[in-house]
Amino acid sequence: MQRRNRWLGAGALAVIGALALSACGSGFNSSSGGSSSGKLTSSKKALTVLIGSSGPAETTAVTSAVASWSSSSGTSAKVIAATNLNQQLAQGFSSGKPADVFYLGTDTLAGYASNGSLLAYGDMLKNKSDFYPALVKSFTYNGKFYCAPKDFSTLQLVINQTMWDKAGLTSADVPTTWAQLETVAKKLTTGKVVGLSMNGEYARIGAFMTEAGSNLTSADGQPTANSAANVAALTYVKKLLNDGVLKYAKNVGEGDGGQALGAGKAAMTVEGNWVKGELSADFPNVKYTAVPLPAGPAGKGTLSFSNCWGIAKGSPNQAAALKLVEQLTTTKDQLAFSQAFGVLPSVQSAAAQWKSENPTLIPFLDGANYAQSPPTAKGAADVVTNFNSKLETLATSDPKTILDAVQKNLQALPK
Amino acid sequence: MSTTTPRTPRTSIRHHGGVLRGESGAGWLFTTPMLVLLGLFLVVPVLMALWVSLSDWNGNGSPFRSGVNFIGLSNFSSVLGGGGLSEQNFGEALRNNAWYVILVVPIQTIVALFLAVMVNRQVLRGRGFFRTAFYFPSVTSSVAITVLWLFLFSQSGAINKLLSWIGVNGPNWFQDPSGIIQDGLAGIGVKNGPGFLTGNSFLGVSWWDWIGGPSVAMTAFILMAIFTTSGTFMLLFIAALQNLSGEVQEAAMVDGASAWQRFRLVTLPQLKPTLFTVLTLGLIGGWQIFDQIYTGTQGGPAGTTVSPAYLSYTAAFQDQNWGQGAAIGFILFVIIVAFTLLQRAILRDRPVSKRRMRLYNLNPSTRLSGPDDKDDPSHGPDDGPQGGPDPVAVGIAYENINRQGN
Repeated sequence: MQRRNRWLGAGALAVIGALALSACGSGFNSSSGGSSSGKLTSSKKALTVLIGSSGPAETTAVTSAVASWSSSSGTSAKVIAATNLNQQLAQGFSSGKPADVFYLGTDTLAGYASNGSLLAYGDMLKNKSDFYPALVKSFTYNGKFYCAPKDFSTLQLVINQTMWDKAGLTSADVPTTWAQLETVAKKLTTGKVVGLSMNGEYARIGAFMTEAGSNLTSADGQPTANSAANVAALTYVKKLLNDGVLKYAKNVGEGDGGQALGAGKAAMTVEGNWVKGELSADFPNVKYTAVPLPAGPAGKGTLSFSNCWGIAKGSPNQAAALKLVEQLTTTKDQLAFSQAFGVLPSVQSAAAQWKSENPTLIPFLDGANYAQSPPTAKGAADVVTNFNSKLETLATSDPKTILDAVQKNLQALPK
Repeated sequence: MSTTTPRTPRTSIRHHGGVLRGESGAGWLFTTPMLVLLGLFLVVPVLMALWVSLSDWNGNGSPFRSGVNFIGLSNFSSVLGGGGLSEQNFGEALRNNAWYVILVVPIQTIVALFLAVMVNRQVLRGRGFFRTAFYFPSVTSSVAITVLWLFLFSQSGAINKLLSWIGVNGPNWFQDPSGIIQDGLAGIGVKNGPGFLTGNSFLGVSWWDWIGGPSVAMTAFILMAIFTTSGTFMLLFIAALQNLSGEVQEAAMVDGASAWQRFRLVTLPQLKPTLFTVLTLGLIGGWQIFDQIYTGTQGGPAGTTVSPAYLSYTAAFQDQNWGQGAAIGFILFVIIVAFTLLQRAILRDRPVSKRRMRLYNLNPSTRLSGPDDKDDPSHGPDDGPQGGPDPVAVGIAYENINRQGN
């Protein structure tokens, strides 16, 4: 009697466990079989568009663009503004019910492409040849063009015009070399104002590495972190820091370079084109000018950042998703996005009109011709995070030691 | 749980025969909802996570689908060794969290106990007000307090303003990655550690950095934890204090023990079970910090506020290293269990030491006017080691009296 009871209990637990496991299992397995034949799936199901929005302006713009596509195509689609894009994407993929269309950064592309979550649809795009080649390369993994670049941003030098004039500088003094940048930064540094301020991270300082003729990885993805050019770039930045003419934005008590410029704590900053929206919202009275970053030993250089429109391989309606992406990357939609939240259109056909609409931001768009992208290998984002933490103490560290460690970490990444 | 539950009815069935025959089934019936809930939301996910930590699952589809392979302990070994970035990140997270626990757990326990004793005093006016005030931070959401802290400890925030009044130029708290012990050493001229500390490392972090102390940013979080959790534990201590019998205190008072002696030798030993609870809860909570980091610093500056829990999250959701994320979770589990067991061993009831015992074996000739031990069984040396704290107090009282007498 007693023995039987105990076995009964154990059996009950086992059954419960098995039921729970199978319940989870069925949820996971329901749609793991993606199409591998090259034909797009097609159905009547509504599309879900998951975006990592920068704010209400972006959400509204994307929502209305998607809504107008919906009404013209007859396929309903819903835009969800993620509170944490990476997390919500990951949850979608692991549950087997991902969003159909979503924002995807260059840093996460390799991870999702390598585990088979993404549809490599780039070559099926009608407007494929219109995208900037550098952007297409950023979203190419293992030789496949995965997803359409949504838009992009580049870094340039932004100057507080009032302080510039007050220091007696003219447009002829705009720095075109590293030495000139140092000179004007010195001139602009006064008691309360630092000449140059920017975020102490790879996403700003990396621009100097490209000007020196290198980057963390070479064009074909080989780690080149500890190249002589990169050491020269960090040594230059370190010198500016130690001379007191460059301060990291957080060290002047601001969140980023744009705010340091707007708050009058810095006369120049290295920032992206988003600085326009930032300054007009928080510091509408600050007069600023954007000029190309000075050329380094190897010429001009800057970094570009981009997102693409990813399409899930597990989407039941890939065909409609592709049509939606084609619509969202048209010249017309991209110009509307640019107007709403200050990004650069990723298609070359939009350039002329964009320049006429944004004359003050032309250097940013011109940067597309020579900009380089942050490393895209799987796990590279983690290496960059680690690099950033070391850059915070660059003023007191040895550039070569920092870069050697980054090189070691990049080489350890799975190929 | 499943093995102990059926055992209880075994004896009762044997004793009472058929009367309670149906009880076992009923017991199972009543516990089933909880078993199902625990199984579904605790046991199954833990087992799944264990599998993920041992597999090469990459986040796409079910971890149990075909194509996901068993790869042994390689996720654990890349976190605990190998010299890669994963090991270094984990080492730093462990360093940060260890300093957090080392400072938060003792200080918050002492502060909580101090507040409880103060608030528990009969003479204090407006005790209710103070109790509420001290408990208030605990009922406020930790996210709200984190945001408040970010403002208070900003470079131009209230804390630095206060410091400036006494002539101190406050640090840029949440942006300062330097360790406070290293800062202190730099203040007396030691800028670089000795070679045997900087040259050797554990988990990818040099020994010099291990002993460098929490970063200034982490120190702000440490202050916040003390501020918020002391109130919670104060409540536990108050509850325990109110359960203590006043007679023991009076007896010690009669015996001439001073206020500090009464607290240290009478009150504190009686609070031992509560102390264990508070320390254990503090330890577990301390090793699991996540929400402050997530809302506050996201691990910055320079990775000095990354905790293993936060690292586990970023490894999985940002870097797509699901196996490593799960592995970190299990290592954290082992750490917490190990520390709890260690603490239990330290705080267990021990027989009274020989040195202490000598206090009780008093020579009758030196007795002056102490209470008559033979007549009052609750006092005196005859109680032996199991008699609780009172014999200690009485021993001290004797000692005092002797000293006065001499």
